[in-house]
Amino acid sequence: MKLMIALISGVLFGAGLTIAQMVNPEKVLNFLDITGQWDASLALVMASALTIFGSGYFLLVRTKDKPLLDKEFIVSNNNKIDNPLIVGATIFGLGWGLIGICPGPALATLLTGNIKFFGFFIAMLIGMQVAQKISKTIANE
Amino acid sequence: MTEFTPLTALFGGALIGVSALLLLIFNGRIAGISGILYSAIQPADNDRLWRWLFLLGLMLGVFFAMNPTTPLPSDIEASWPLLIIAGLLVGFGSKIGNGCTSGHAICGLGRLSPRSIVATIIFMITAALTVFITRHILGA
Repeated sequence: MKLMIALISGVLFGAGLTIAQMVNPEKVLNFLDITGQWDASLALVMASALTIFGSGYFLLVRTKDKPLLDKEFIVSNNNKIDNPLIVGATIFGLGWGLIGICPGPALATLLTGNIKFFGFFIAMLIGMQVAQKISKTIANE
Repeated sequence: MTEFTPLTALFGGALIGVSALLLLIFNGRIAGISGILYSAIQPADNDRLWRWLFLLGLMLGVFFAMNPTTPLPSDIEASWPLLIIAGLLVGFGSKIGNGCTSGHAICGLGRLSPRSIVATIIFMITAALTVFITRHILGA
């Protein structure tokens, strides 16, 4: 059942990304281009997703001790604003702003069969592995 | 130039919200794509199956939803070096910063997590500045 939920949740997520057109890098860049040809659509995507997830979280999740099908909620309760968070978010924003693709759309655009999207996807996975190696090295010092 | 599409934006966003909510209420998991993707490819991770199914579902969802009004892009203009650099930065940054657009800007913000609020503000501003510089100063 848990696996079924994971699959259904994935389907809804992918359909949402596509219908909202977050999979279109041009649309994402136009959303970020506030002083240019600003396309506010993605602000509505976020507002809509946040309203549903946020109200559901406070009404249905916070009122429970555990999820319906598992032992505990795996949710970070780390509230520390540390350097990795700030540096990571800055680097992520730089990469996102250069091309207009974040991890969900990076996966979605593989379905185009266009090799350029595969290139981006592989580079992204390599970036993750490098980050993990570096944070491990720093943690061991 | 892309058109302002409020209805599909609201509907697509709602699906993403429901997706993240389902995964949390039933399975107790956060729908953060960068985290799910990273853990799915770690050989030592023994809780990989649900992640693979989620990612498979995501691809299926894209496949079902793509049509002439909400298509996938056919090509991307960016040069190869730029694509690779951006890919490395997106992967590196999301791993170091513990999340991307989905984990921080939807799930984290929705929970009012201070870390996610800070991360979202930082990456939105950095991304908007990057677009401003590449489009309006360098004139790409």
